[in-house]
Amino acid sequence: MSARPSNMRTPLGRVRGFGSAKSGTEDFIRQRLTAIANIPLTIAAVLIVIALIGRNHAAVAQILGSTPVAIVMVLFIISVFYHMRIGMQVIIEDWVHEERAKYALLILNTFFAVAAGFSSIYAILKLSFGV
Amino acid sequence: MAQAKVPAERPLSPHLMIYRPVLSMVMSIVHRITGIALYVGTLLFVWWLLAAVSGPAAYATFQSVASSFIGRLVLLGYTWALIHHMLGGMRYLIWDTGRGFGAVEREWLLRANLAGSILLTIILWVVGGYLMGGLR
Repeated sequence: MSARPSNMRTPLGRVRGFGSAKSGTEDFIRQRLTAIANIPLTIAAVLIVIALIGRNHAAVAQILGSTPVAIVMVLFIISVFYHMRIGMQVIIEDWVHEERAKYALLILNTFFAVAAGFSSIYAILKLSFGV
Repeated sequence: MAQAKVPAERPLSPHLMIYRPVLSMVMSIVHRITGIALYVGTLLFVWWLLAAVSGPAAYATFQSVASSFIGRLVLLGYTWALIHHMLGGMRYLIWDTGRGFGAVEREWLLRANLAGSILLTIILWVVGGYLMGGLR
């Protein structure tokens, strides 16, 4: 908003009738996109985890770092952490109405999802590249 | 603006607590709660992966905690939450297409969601327990 409006119309009045900003449903659609992706990826990840139960460190590190397993795990991590970030955002927006607390939690939510997600991806890539 | 207008006392829309619980409502709440549990539980997932990267000692620590009684209890709960949330998500995806809202289909989907999550959790743990014994 400019400091000196060129006319007397309110900001709402100026945008009314132009339709949506085209990004309002972004999170809604991505929540469902990642939900669909999560189904096969979660089944694959669960099978991988079951296959790793009881194995020693060397075997786990080798299997997790093998190319097909590493690719599936990285895709799983991206989709799941993206999905859960949107989910938690919806919960925060539903229940926390005090502005400062809401924005603090929304920021923390994104920080947590990004930090946990990238830590996981880093671990998989490090096992895979063996560095 | 000279003065902020005092908001009028308006009736509030009814909130969760005043409704009689029905299965679809309870399952909706459980879907959200399992989502929160899965969110927090990713810390265990991250710990597992970082332990695998850190080396045998760190991985042994993770394994000893994960295979303790409390660890198994948490992982059992996590398995159920994951399966329940996944099946619940499928239910919502079906509903997103506009199908399955009839009285019979709706209740069937909800019951299949609940029964399926419990059944699949048991199956996964039986298979997992068998592998645990077989590979040690």
